[in-house]
Amino acid sequence: MSIARFWRETPRRYNLGGSKCTICGTVYFPPRAVCPTCPHHRETLEKMVPFQLVGDGEVVSYTVVHDAAEGFEMQVPYVMALVKTVEGPVLTGQIVDVEIPEVVIGLKVRATLRKLREEGKAGVIHYGYKFTPALDSDVRPPARGPAVPAESGALPASDRAPA
Amino acid sequence: MREVAVLGVGQTKFGELWDRSFREIGIEAGLQALVDAKLSSADLGGLFLGNMASGTLLDQEHIAPLILDYAGLAGRHLPAVRVEGGGASGSLALHQGFLAVASGLYDYVVVGGAEKMTDVPDTTANEIISSTADHEWEVVFGATLPALWGLIARRHMHDFGTTRAQLAQVAVHMHEMASRNPLAHYRNKLTLEQVIGAGGVAEPLGVLDCAPISDGAAAVVLGPLDVAEKHTDIPIRIAASEVACDSMAVQHRASVTTLESTVVAARRAFERARRAPADVRVAEVHDAYTISALLALEDLGFVEKGRAGPEFESGRFGPKGAMVVNPSGGLKAQGRPFGAVGVAQVVELVRQLRGQAKDRQVSGATLALAHDVGGTGATSAVHLLERVN
Amino acid sequence: MEAGIVSYGAYVPRYRITPTEIGRVWGADGEGMGLALNVQRKSVPAPDEDTITISTEALRTALVRGGIDPQTIGALYVGSESHPYAVKPTATVVAQAVGATPNLTAADFEFACKAGTAAIQTCLGLVGADMIRYGVAIGTDTSQGAPGDALEYSASAGGAAFVIGREKVIARVNRTLSYTTDTPDFWRREGQRYPSHGGRFTGEPAYFRHVTECARRMFEAVGTAPKDYAHVIFHQPNGKFPVRVGKQLGFTDAQMRYGLVTPFIGNTYSGAALIGLANVLDHTTPGERILMVGYGSGAGSDAFDLEATEEVAVYDRSYGRTTQEYLEGGVEIPYAVYAKFRGKIQMGGS
Repeated sequence: MSIARFWRETPRRYNLGGSKCTICGTVYFPPRAVCPTCPHHRETLEKMVPFQLVGDGEVVSYTVVHDAAEGFEMQVPYVMALVKTVEGPVLTGQIVDVEIPEVVIGLKVRATLRKLREEGKAGVIHYGYKFTPALDSDVRPPARGPAVPAESGALPASDRAPA
Repeated sequence: MREVAVLGVGQTKFGELWDRSFREIGIEAGLQALVDAKLSSADLGGLFLGNMASGTLLDQEHIAPLILDYAGLAGRHLPAVRVEGGGASGSLALHQGFLAVASGLYDYVVVGGAEKMTDVPDTTANEIISSTADHEWEVVFGATLPALWGLIARRHMHDFGTTRAQLAQVAVHMHEMASRNPLAHYRNKLTLEQVIGAGGVAEPLGVLDCAPISDGAAAVVLGPLDVAEKHTDIPIRIAASEVACDSMAVQHRASVTTLESTVVAARRAFERARRAPADVRVAEVHDAYTISALLALEDLGFVEKGRAGPEFESGRFGPKGAMVVNPSGGLKAQGRPFGAVGVAQVVELVRQLRGQAKDRQVSGATLALAHDVGGTGATSAVHLLERVN
Repeated sequence: MEAGIVSYGAYVPRYRITPTEIGRVWGADGEGMGLALNVQRKSVPAPDEDTITISTEALRTALVRGGIDPQTIGALYVGSESHPYAVKPTATVVAQAVGATPNLTAADFEFACKAGTAAIQTCLGLVGADMIRYGVAIGTDTSQGAPGDALEYSASAGGAAFVIGREKVIARVNRTLSYTTDTPDFWRREGQRYPSHGGRFTGEPAYFRHVTECARRMFEAVGTAPKDYAHVIFHQPNGKFPVRVGKQLGFTDAQMRYGLVTPFIGNTYSGAALIGLANVLDHTTPGERILMVGYGSGAGSDAFDLEATEEVAVYDRSYGRTTQEYLEGGVEIPYAVYAKFRGKIQMGGS
């Protein structure tokens, strides 16, 4: 995978940067240029603003992978899941730091940063989100101001997620 | 719009064809279909070739003129177009061929489907297969194509009580059917215990829940229905050719356990043909993974959502059932040469409707359905084929 | 000096291996080795963890706990001797991953095990000089000992992140000073996979001399004696050295209790003293005085005289795991899994 191809997605892969439709309020991850939900979807062009997910969610479904994707061979068997975030979007990601029997549909998880793969021994290392079981203590304090650049600020600060 | 008929069919053996090249299998199927249709190549209007990944599998893009060339038709300067839609490439080529004949622009076309998958290591083939899912937001994070179907399977079991044995029953059925198909990749029969006890791939799916990596090619000749009798004793009318698409990634779908693309393609097809699922006597549905077949039977409208597991277990779709599913053995056992699959489904159904399917002949079939899926359901194609008496 | 620690977070990977298990593989008395080193278990990073991911996790915890907008961070330094890249900073990835880019300065520090304390000193300087509002200092390692070497019984993985600033300081830094010489007790040459060390030379002329001298100079500089400190944290390459140096200087077990973490997670190198400090901050109350003396081979010590403020009483530590949970938790793995996770198995193919 080319360096630039991965690099340009780092705001999404590292920080869960999605987008939100200012017409209907639906949140998307990864970000969308137009809103797939609004009835007059063309009108949402340029009405989508950046919106960062906090990374909390729950397992919608999961599978235990034995035949690994490239770069994941050392982690077999590993758990892949669909995670529905508290903001709405569903993400596909690995669940790490968990015993396989503990994984159930409905398990509360939170995002963490891990290595996704390496371009060989001499190449770049790609990082991105995975999920770990949430702790009872993972209740986040209230949002503290913009997590996205101010020029996108059609939203009040309270609508934004903390980093 | 003109009525379109299938006038001839051809297919190579599916499997690990170590001594045969892409060119060889591609032209074998095409020439068989031309002979079957008693068509002079001078009457051909063009070639549509379904192929998923010749670039990564063979380091060869631009593959349609190559097949035309080795079929001895380069000097006729026909248009030849490759069509790609992941695992649905063959059906999409068929759809393009259908449109070409129906429009009146071409009279006769060959629709081929071919894939040579064993010239790369299995790990490479698996990466290419997974690239039919969303690379940036699924595969990069560790998902493979079977893993995504594993997610679908787990949720289906959770929501509807589908059992491991019901999934396994799909594989057992496909191998039973393929044992009667001389072109099939796998002709051995399986037991439930073998399927359930096989090693895991993406739980709940195991090795024997997954279709194999196969080489193979299939082809059909399409032409106007009104001249079909010049070419065949039993013309098969394409009563509907419908394609529908959905979000690329499972995560973006309205439901994890429904392929909306299949639901919509099937609804459009039955509406266009003015027929209903109950009229279908034989069907070839997408069964790349055992769960895929159960989803297909629900989403095509043959059973209520969530009921495919128990209905399949009851034998309703078996060789003695009211509707027989995948008499060829399906992707699971006949084999899965990606671009060839959608065309091979139609080859099998034409043979069934003509009464030429020998040991696996389904009696009394006049209406048949072919269903092909790309990736995890971003593309679905549904074709309805009708025997014209 | 008004500047100090505003928030902090620690992170230790989930997996553990015991000295007994390591000794079993090498035909050595692992249990005896564990007792001699005072190391019960050491942490092992998962195959998808490294200094970047550990640092990020620790800093994210610190930012959430402190309610700090990452865009207000003016400097970010990661101290480690196991940066994933020889060239290309750890700090830029961490900064991007917490949302602190682009208006900040960032760099990687290396000074064996004291790169993290050096980063704290640098941040204190920048904050003290009013050049930045918040500075982040992280000490993290995923260090390796050569298979069968004595280091293998202790070298582990973990890290801690500290936000340095002037607002809502929970632990004021009264004074920091260092003691530095050229002492080749432990090193890793460019391109070498595992470090080398001078065996017993790492003791008296290296660790003990630097830590002791640095601590004594701090007592002189601020006019304190060991009894004035509620807590003391030393660099802890094993569980034995810090206890011995503490006794030599006149500290009691009670003073050393929270600062000693290596017996439970092994030697996290640049993270070692800092995870100890995180554990102390988990337990400290307003007005308590804390002494931390780091050590890095090569060699040098950084000493910090800290004082818990009234803010520590209202500081919300509830987000994330406590340091104690990291010390007690974890899942033990056999040596074969450890060898796989740490890339010690020669793989086939390209």
